[in-house]
Amino acid sequence: MFAPAPFLLKDTSVSQVMTQVCIALVPGIAAYAWLVGPAILVQLVIASLAALLAEAAMLRLRKKPLALFLSDGSAIVTAWLIALTFPPLAPWWLVATGTIFAIIVAKHLYGGLGQNPFNPAMVAFGVCIVSFPALMSQWPSVGLQLPLVDQVNVILGLAPRIDALSSATPLDALKTALKLDEGAFDVTHLLANQDIYGNFAGRGWEWVAVGYLLGGLWMWQRKLITWHVPVAFTGALVAVSGALWLYNPAHFASPLFHLLSGGAMLGAFFIATDPVSGCTTPRGKLIFGAGAGLLAYIIRVFGGYPDGVAFAVLLMNLCAPVIDLLTQPRIFGMKDAGKGGKA
Amino acid sequence: MLMNLFKFKGGVKPPTNKTQSLGKPIAQAPIPSRLVVPLHQSIGGTPRPVVQAGDKVLKGQLIGEADGWISAAVHAPTSGTVVEVAMHVQPHPSGLDALCVVIEPDGKDEWIPREPVNYKALTPEQVRERLQQAGVVGLGGAVFPTHGKLTASKTVPMEEMVINGAECEPFITCDDLLMRERAEEVVRGIGIFRDLLQPKRVLIGIEDNKPEAAAAMRAAVQAVGENFEVIPVPTLYPAGGAKQLIRVLTGKEVPAAKRSTDLGVQCFNVATAYTAWRAITHGEPVVSRLVTVTGNVHEPRNYEVLIGTPMDELLKLATPHPDTDGIIMGGPMMGFLVPQPDVPVVKATNCLIAHSDRLFPPKAPEMPCIRCGSCAQACPHELQPFEMYWFSRAKNFGKTQEYHIFDCIECGCCSFVCPSRIPLVQYFRFAKSEIWAREREKNAADQAKERFEFKQLREEREKAEKAEKLAKAAAAQAAKKAAEAAAAAAAGDTAATSPQAADAPAIDAEKAARQAAIQAAMERAKAQREAAQPKNTDNLTPDQQQAAAEIEARRAAARLAVPEAPANEKSE
Ligand code: SF4
Ligand code: SF4
Repeated sequence: MFAPAPFLLKDTSVSQVMTQVCIALVPGIAAYAWLVGPAILVQLVIASLAALLAEAAMLRLRKKPLALFLSDGSAIVTAWLIALTFPPLAPWWLVATGTIFAIIVAKHLYGGLGQNPFNPAMVAFGVCIVSFPALMSQWPSVGLQLPLVDQVNVILGLAPRIDALSSATPLDALKTALKLDEGAFDVTHLLANQDIYGNFAGRGWEWVAVGYLLGGLWMWQRKLITWHVPVAFTGALVAVSGALWLYNPAHFASPLFHLLSGGAMLGAFFIATDPVSGCTTPRGKLIFGAGAGLLAYIIRVFGGYPDGVAFAVLLMNLCAPVIDLLTQPRIFGMKDAGKGGKA
Repeated sequence: MLMNLFKFKGGVKPPTNKTQSLGKPIAQAPIPSRLVVPLHQSIGGTPRPVVQAGDKVLKGQLIGEADGWISAAVHAPTSGTVVEVAMHVQPHPSGLDALCVVIEPDGKDEWIPREPVNYKALTPEQVRERLQQAGVVGLGGAVFPTHGKLTASKTVPMEEMVINGAECEPFITCDDLLMRERAEEVVRGIGIFRDLLQPKRVLIGIEDNKPEAAAAMRAAVQAVGENFEVIPVPTLYPAGGAKQLIRVLTGKEVPAAKRSTDLGVQCFNVATAYTAWRAITHGEPVVSRLVTVTGNVHEPRNYEVLIGTPMDELLKLATPHPDTDGIIMGGPMMGFLVPQPDVPVVKATNCLIAHSDRLFPPKAPEMPCIRCGSCAQACPHELQPFEMYWFSRAKNFGKTQEYHIFDCIECGCCSFVCPSRIPLVQYFRFAKSEIWAREREKNAADQAKERFEFKQLREEREKAEKAEKLAKAAAAQAAKKAAEAAAAAAAGDTAATSPQAADAPAIDAEKAARQAAIQAAMERAKAQREAAQPKNTDNLTPDQQQAAAEIEARRAAARLAVPEAPANEKSE
């Protein structure tokens, strides 16, 4: 028998890691269901089912042990991220298609767990927003007055998708104003006049973002993620939005607004931190996070899509291997030893 | 004692499982029915057997003679009769055989005449020689011959001597008990090392989960009147790795390509110091060692065990549970399952752990790497294990070297934390042995090529020389007379002081007497230089020898014939 040291192993597994990521999403999901609409719970179920089905089919095809890989939880994480980034009342088939595409194409065609160069959830988002721009832009007005049954009917296509369902998000409103450049518009004024605006950002959404922040901090405390990506991501976002805001507060929203709007928090803690498609070296993570934060800002403010996080992450995914290669850390015993590390 | 400690990156905190075997004092294991003593028990040359079947031997009698400077003698662990000198399976994962002296004890345990000496009366050379003759080697697991580490460098002053009592591996407690029960002899042994190396400071590092050992050592240091510093270091595996302990105590990082002496540090294990003291002042060669017997047993305990004791006999003393299905030699992080239960205890055996699935549940199936980076965060050498894994798997060994695979000390931290349950260390061992194997093949091929080219060259040269000889024969004959006359004149004033001048290479016929005189003067100068510095290669280049021996040991490890290379790094 060949020696399989170490004999002692830490109590950990891929499914444990994935389960903890899901747990970390719970505060955000709770705020979402409470303040924006419980329909999100339905979407989470739809996405999870689609993901498991697609995963099972692909594992079958690839002749991989079904139970082992189905239970690793990675498909569920992808599914939840998709559900959380899609509009909450998106039709069920859109969520399902996105999820199946993510699992089959973005994950398994690239080699399955651990091999995908792009974040599968963001691929799904990107593909869907390009293919179904209208549906992907229908963000319901806050608090969604419809009862749950009606929301579900909308999702399942049993009720008409009335226009009143959707409205522009605060990000959209700003972008439109900036694009039209109506001369003397004033951000504060503009936002204050919208009933979709809460205290800091989109009403309700701001608290969802806070929920993600809490979950993210918990993951950091559990050492599931390191601080590098979230700090660099939010740091870059704050820096660039802050600079422009200081330059012209009438035209540009505050950093706080940007942090709590759209997918910024989810992106900073749950998406840009995806280790498979992201960077792994400490300096690489900083570059990756900062790049994603910066691109997200540029795309969401000046680009053509409601939010920029998805494309920002995908673009950085492209660069990740090169960044990793160029940022290999020093190893024990290399020249600049002794600096720091004093206990 | 206020002291600035340093940190090393990474490390893990596995459950220590040490208390089980700490309950009772060290016990003497009985003499077994048969002792199988491998001759090759240290890094370096394999000792030559000096006994044969039928010989009567006494306890402590030499049975294997050190072969070369980096090699240590081997002795009969008890009195009895040599049954055979033959190949036996070794306590090594490879399960390969090696030459062993098998002794049937007579039960009298009768010592050779031991001569206690006061080592202060000995020259450093004599001390080193005695250590070699007594078979003193690093008992932390590296089994590097200790005398080979005891020559002070001529260029780098020795600043710190680090004494390793960290014992960071879970389950193992033999150093702990040694320090508790025999602290004074450990301290006196350290004194010998100190006198030979003359370091500015002596730092004894003990993990802070062993306060009793630290207290005992402190008391002993005071009782002996030394100024050694006993320093508790944070309990964090692998704090007992030589490089990690040096880092923690001195802040110095020893890279893979260097030895610690280049940075003015040398490191010894506490048990090594103890045996050195017994060897020098009591004349007792290393014939036994402390072994922790623990794991899936009723009565875990530390035993003083004769080298060569079959492991299953030793394990019986602790009454293993019926579901025991194997024996791990060493700790659970870097140890290995021995190929068969009756392999002998050797100098590198610090711990036996009875293995069972209950104690060490079978590993969950291996999943793909999810690049979570946990391994990199746990690696005390700050490597990127998942990258090395990736390239090892792909057999892209060049890339594994770019990711510094040879800096990996195989501590197992990465495997320990990996959520995908990838046996990373196994991949690294595989990659390293493949690289060594390829290097050997290449060297062999290069040598063959060289030999071939050399042969061609020689044939051509011989042809040319033949022709030249014929042509020159006549001319030379004529020149000879003149040259002889000149050389005689030159030799007249040099031969008396320098006999080498007479051996000076034959002077070309064309060269004049003047050149002969210069040549003779140079020879004379060289002879004087050599006289001033005795041509003692042993003393001149122990470092080089050690380096060569270690490289050889690593290669040997690649062939899986001697204790594995990683052991080198661990707590020497
Ligand atoms: S710990 Fe395991 S899964 Fe994580 S990066 Fe390292 S090898 Fe991959
Ligand atoms: S076994 Fe090697 S790669 Fe793994 S943690 Fe230890 S030194 Fe690092």
